[in-house]
Amino acid sequence: MTTLDLLFGAVGLITAASAILAVTTQHLVHAALWLVVTLGTLAGCYLILGAELVALVQLLVYVGAVVVLVLFALMLTRAPMGPSPEHSSSAVQRIAAALMGAGTSALFASVLLPALGGDLRTPRPGDTKGIATQLFGAWVWPFELLSLLLLMALIAALAVSRMPSKPSKASASTIQELPVEVTSA
Amino acid sequence: MIHMWLPLTLVCVLAGAGAYGVMARRNAVLVLIGVELMLNAANLLFVTMGSVLNDTLRTGQVLTLFLITIAAAEMGVALAVILALFRDRGHIDLSEPGS
Repeated sequence: MTTLDLLFGAVGLITAASAILAVTTQHLVHAALWLVVTLGTLAGCYLILGAELVALVQLLVYVGAVVVLVLFALMLTRAPMGPSPEHSSSAVQRIAAALMGAGTSALFASVLLPALGGDLRTPRPGDTKGIATQLFGAWVWPFELLSLLLLMALIAALAVSRMPSKPSKASASTIQELPVEVTSA
Repeated sequence: MIHMWLPLTLVCVLAGAGAYGVMARRNAVLVLIGVELMLNAANLLFVTMGSVLNDTLRTGQVLTLFLITIAAAEMGVALAVILALFRDRGHIDLSEPGS
């Protein structure tokens, strides 16, 4: 065991445990808070692997912005504060999902671990200047496309949130085919 | 020096937990949390490979930055859709049919 092994083992254990808690807890708000722990410790994993720029961006964008969005969505959809077992799925579905999740893990492990699992490698130290050179050199067109994608996502989110909640006259023909009690509800 | 099975195992656990979250949850926001976990598994794989392989283009870290941006954009649009769904139906339970 090397020093990096011990560090990564400790941080990675917290990451794995909080990820599993984030998808299994009955509290809706706790799931978002466990997601904070997962993403924050994942930034620590990036730091151990020598990618300090990615770790800082992960903290800024994920923990700072995405989790706040998730918490806002939970509040705006009136998520209950206590445990909400009525929101959890049936036991059969959960067991099937656990089997599928374990299968996904096993599939990834069967591909990744035989290929590289036994290796002992030295992580390259973070080279922010080199990343910046490559980002604005070789990767500049994908980078510009990404700004276009962000603009499109901004406009799309505005358009979706300003959509009228009541159906307009144009879509009234599809409404008439529905049962009466559904349209009056 | 780091043993490669440690980050690779964490990738597997994160991807499996994300897949479980997507399939087992009924609340739409919690399904999104599962999607985020799977995206982060991909990010960790990018960073691990970029850190130990010898790529001159810094592909691992640059693609991770791109994927973080794409995930943030995806999250914004998905939450707008969820809020529109909530206004329309009054709940975001994915196991119930829409009206």
